Amino acid sequence: MTQLLVDALESDRPVRRTAFVVRLNRPGVSARFDRRSVLVSLGLLVVIVAALVAGVSIGVFPIPLSDVVPGILGVGSDDATFIVQNLRLPRALTGLMVGAAFGLSGAIFQTLARNPLASPDIIGVTAGASLAAVAAIVLAGASTGAIAGAAFAGGLGATLAVYALAYRRGVTGYRMVLVGVGLTAVGSSLTSWLLTKANLYDAQEAAIWLTGSLNNQGWEHVVPVGLALAVLIPATALLAPHLRCLQLGDDTAHGLGVKVETYRLSLLAAGVALASMATASAGPVAFVALIGPQIAKRLCRASGIALVPAALTGAALVLIADLIGRQLFAPTTLPVGVITAVVGAPFLLWLLAQANRSGREG
Amino acid sequence: MGTATTIGVALAAQKPDSALGGDRLYLAYEAREVVHDLTIRIPTGRITVIVGANACGKSTLLRALARLLKPRSGTVYLDGTDIHRLPTKEIATKVGILPQSPTAPEGLTVADLVARGRYPHQRWFQQWSREDEAAVDEAMRLTRLEALAGRPVDELSGGQRQRAWIAMALAQGTSTLLLDEPTTYLDMAHQVEVLDLLADLNTRRGRTVVLVLHDLNQACRYAHHLVASPRDASRPRVLRARS
Repeated sequence: MTQLLVDALESDRPVRRTAFVVRLNRPGVSARFDRRSVLVSLGLLVVIVAALVAGVSIGVFPIPLSDVVPGILGVGSDDATFIVQNLRLPRALTGLMVGAAFGLSGAIFQTLARNPLASPDIIGVTAGASLAAVAAIVLAGASTGAIAGAAFAGGLGATLAVYALAYRRGVTGYRMVLVGVGLTAVGSSLTSWLLTKANLYDAQEAAIWLTGSLNNQGWEHVVPVGLALAVLIPATALLAPHLRCLQLGDDTAHGLGVKVETYRLSLLAAGVALASMATASAGPVAFVALIGPQIAKRLCRASGIALVPAALTGAALVLIADLIGRQLFAPTTLPVGVITAVVGAPFLLWLLAQANRSGREG
Repeated sequence: MGTATTIGVALAAQKPDSALGGDRLYLAYEAREVVHDLTIRIPTGRITVIVGANACGKSTLLRALARLLKPRSGTVYLDGTDIHRLPTKEIATKVGILPQSPTAPEGLTVADLVARGRYPHQRWFQQWSREDEAAVDEAMRLTRLEALAGRPVDELSGGQRQRAWIAMALAQGTSTLLLDEPTTYLDMAHQVEVLDLLADLNTRRGRTVVLVLHDLNQACRYAHHLVASPRDASRPRVLRARS
């Protein structure tokens, strides 16, 4: 009763409104955007553009900032145009799109499972995609398109395997994560074994499939992840309102009129496809899908889900990590996955410790 | 629940409308049958409370009425139609269900939780209409949550949290509200607070309320209709309704 009175007294304060509301009366269109998330997204876009320009500019053969845009448009000097268009731009674009795909995929998985650890890179989706891609290359000499197809099949297979192995009257996040960690280990061991049987010309190529790398990435690597994003970003946008309700638990979502099974499967398929296509382009870049959405959530102080900021954070992470990997021991280039792993591993430990402290199961 | 279990008997003379009900329901989880040949009418505009021993099928019955559980045989009907033949989103504009101890995702604010209740009224390009905003504001006002709108649900006290979930169900704008043990884990003061709120919604807004409750005293105090189920489903009891 006291509580009611206190609340009643406080209720004179205006309801906090921190949203942009967009409404059109005819046709009836309306949307609401969290102000902080919009500002964070704009900030992330600036960071991404800066990292992209820096990635094109910096290198053994530096391109002055003033030549970056002419180089991209092909109206600069021949040297600059060649380096930008054939070497650095596809690399930077691959990094951007791979990061965005991992970030978005991670956000979908984490929201569906209501567990930050249930990310595609922890529960074995990317390891499965990578294994299938390597198998396609080593055993069948597959083309780029076939590699992408194999990666998706591998990611899907890994997801189904985790689900089946973790199933015991429903799937809890904790079991799924443990099974997934085990499957990831199996997947990367098999990948290593396959790579020893392959005639690889350098260790760089092996690094792609074991840790994730952007070295030697050309336009043929931009295409699969680019096409995937062109289809899957609109698909995810269409599914987002359902995801918001699924987040409240199956019974509540069902009661709100959500077709729970249909939408959960659709979202899961989108998440698997995003992570698999990203893996097909740059390998299983560690921890981006795990920490991208978590950083985005903290930046936005998001209430609920922040899909766009998660994708943008993923893109920024990969671009910046690649810059660091190229510069740290230049001229030796570290694979981008090594850098993200160095940043991501402590973050994972911190998440585990936090989950432990608050008494929630992983 | 037994063969002869009929509900709301005392009101037969008044012929209350019953939009929601079940006809010869057999409800089961996998092999275990928990409700056996039950016919039930939920009187419109009244508070119906389902009481009974643990594991007697109270929640099962509520879940079946909310179409969360498909009966093994028999029909749950809504406005005269088999509920499983109606589009789930359409049902959600008429019947709201609050499951037992729901948990909100970490950091979700009260305002955003309540706004989720508008889902059945929204379309992809129509996410925050004036009606949505008005319904959410009213739900928060009725549950006295305005001052807590920006607070994360997981930081609220038990009573406040339960009010936030009820507000979400209210924003859904349904004439019937089903609640599964809404007072569990609350201390006595907060239990009364939640039940008073529901009684208020019934008397002032004319909402049909169906509650599963543990406490027989509370059930008797708030119910217009009492659905009691014996521990032993093979021995049905005659039920008494109070109005």
